[in-house]
Amino acid sequence: MPSKTIDIESLKKKAVIFRRDILETLEASGSGHPGGSLSAVEIFLTLYGYQINHKPDDPRWEGRDRVIVSKGHVSPVVYVTLANFGYFPKEELKTFRKFGARLQGHVHTKVPGVEFSTGSLGHGLSFANGIALGARMAAKDFKVYCVMGDGEIQEGSVWEAAMTAAHHKLDHVCAIIDCNKVQENGTTNEIKSLEPLRDKWAAFGWHVLEIDGNSIEALKVAFDEFNSIKGKPTVIIANTIKGKGVSFMEGKSAWHGKAPNKEQLVQALAELK
Amino acid sequence: MEIKPTPTRDGFGEELAALGKTNPNIVVTSGDLEDATRAEYFKKEFPERFFNLGITEQDVVGTAAGLSTMGYVAFATSFAVFLTNRAYDMIRMDVCYNNLNVKVVCSHGGVTVGEDGASAQCLEDFAIMRVLPNMRVICPCDYIEAKKATRAITKTFGPFYMRTSRAPLPILTKEADHFVIGRANVMRNGKDATVIACGVMVSEALSAAEKLKHEGIDLKVVNMHTIKPIDVPMIVSSAKETGAVVTAEEHQTAGGLGSAVAEVLGQHFPCPMEMVGVKDSFGESGSPAQLLAHYGLKDINIADAVRKVITRKKG
Repeated sequence: MPSKTIDIESLKKKAVIFRRDILETLEASGSGHPGGSLSAVEIFLTLYGYQINHKPDDPRWEGRDRVIVSKGHVSPVVYVTLANFGYFPKEELKTFRKFGARLQGHVHTKVPGVEFSTGSLGHGLSFANGIALGARMAAKDFKVYCVMGDGEIQEGSVWEAAMTAAHHKLDHVCAIIDCNKVQENGTTNEIKSLEPLRDKWAAFGWHVLEIDGNSIEALKVAFDEFNSIKGKPTVIIANTIKGKGVSFMEGKSAWHGKAPNKEQLVQALAELK
Repeated sequence: MEIKPTPTRDGFGEELAALGKTNPNIVVTSGDLEDATRAEYFKKEFPERFFNLGITEQDVVGTAAGLSTMGYVAFATSFAVFLTNRAYDMIRMDVCYNNLNVKVVCSHGGVTVGEDGASAQCLEDFAIMRVLPNMRVICPCDYIEAKKATRAITKTFGPFYMRTSRAPLPILTKEADHFVIGRANVMRNGKDATVIACGVMVSEALSAAEKLKHEGIDLKVVNMHTIKPIDVPMIVSSAKETGAVVTAEEHQTAGGLGSAVAEVLGQHFPCPMEMVGVKDSFGESGSPAQLLAHYGLKDINIADAVRKVITRKKG
């Protein structure tokens, strides 16, 4: 495979556009999840803008890398990513959560580019493993990425799947944990601590990387390392800021699942330039 | 050749292993119970297409869902209680909501599980599976029908739930009999009342018919092997012909076959109806025969229900 190029400055500019699109989409819908969408912008941007093989005009292309969105409530960042990469017209973002729209409240396979409808947490990693096992049997070489929330990994099913990926040496599986430290009713540390998180994944047999998940440079380096790891799955613990980029949303559980109103949108957009 | 009573799980396991020879796309996940579900017959032939994922039912279903997207017909297997109850959200979301080609096939349905007791005796699977959109629900009545059902669900795209038995069941059907998903089979015709049964209760219903013949009661017996989609024309025509219906299932009367039949009759042809099944109770340890008798799931219980429903019809 030819070595890939990355234009960090251009992606950083796109990150601003993504955040603005996310907030506008949420304000138009009147509901949805800004916190975890804003924290995961760089993760999705680096996946689609650098890491994965994909063809937006042929979303079901057999050779594509699969991105499984296990934290299905971050549909705003997923739909904004797919629209900006040309999977469907950006205009359609205005229909988010509206009756009759393809853009369901939680990610849905009706939307071109979405691999798996989710919304109940803890489902993505088993599904990703199943794809990887099937790909191995069929001698396909694509990779499978599973984006999870840090709160999500409180679900026991995640750890069932973590054991499966390691047991079957699924080195084509890359789990990315959007570690924004905040869940619906407080911080993960207050509610049910995930620590020691690195040690947990390492003990489960995974290659563990811990990075600044709001840094495109750091994500690039991590994905490059994942490409070289053989014989075990990789997890990227991406330390992020919930509500990243909007001062009044950052680190606040109140903004986990609440859309900004018009006034708040104007204030947020003024910060995102 | 006469076949002795055989568990329907054997029919599933043998047929799956046979299908594996001609269909390279069949894959199987198991929650470390392939010995009991008989999925091990497939495992012995095709170890590279078989995944014992350990005691992780959620993962057994979720992994099967992922596998199916690679063009495989994915069978997720375990005991009925463990997959339908423990992994319900995975069946709902991964399999049904995503409408994937996953077959949830479970042994150990009903009280005929026997000595293991209530924790292993699934009595609510029809109810909780049939309420899921996209899901279809099958319970074969014997070994031969279990083989045919296995072939049919393999050929038909999309989610299925199939319950098989641990207990040996008498052979009631022939290889030449038609098996069509959603199309019930008439086991005997009669004019006074209709028993609609599935699984082990089909043989009990036929035995009840023999007993009632001596009282001059002429019973129709329908084998409703597909609980969803339920055979509406068969239910309505049987009700019209006989004017009275009894359902019989090794399952709670709430939510299962009886409820599905009542939904049809209520909307299309209300008539006197009685339900034979477990009445809001868990199972317990004992032999299959003892438990069928204890929970009122024998031919004599069906016969009682038939007498009652005929009295109501006349009343």
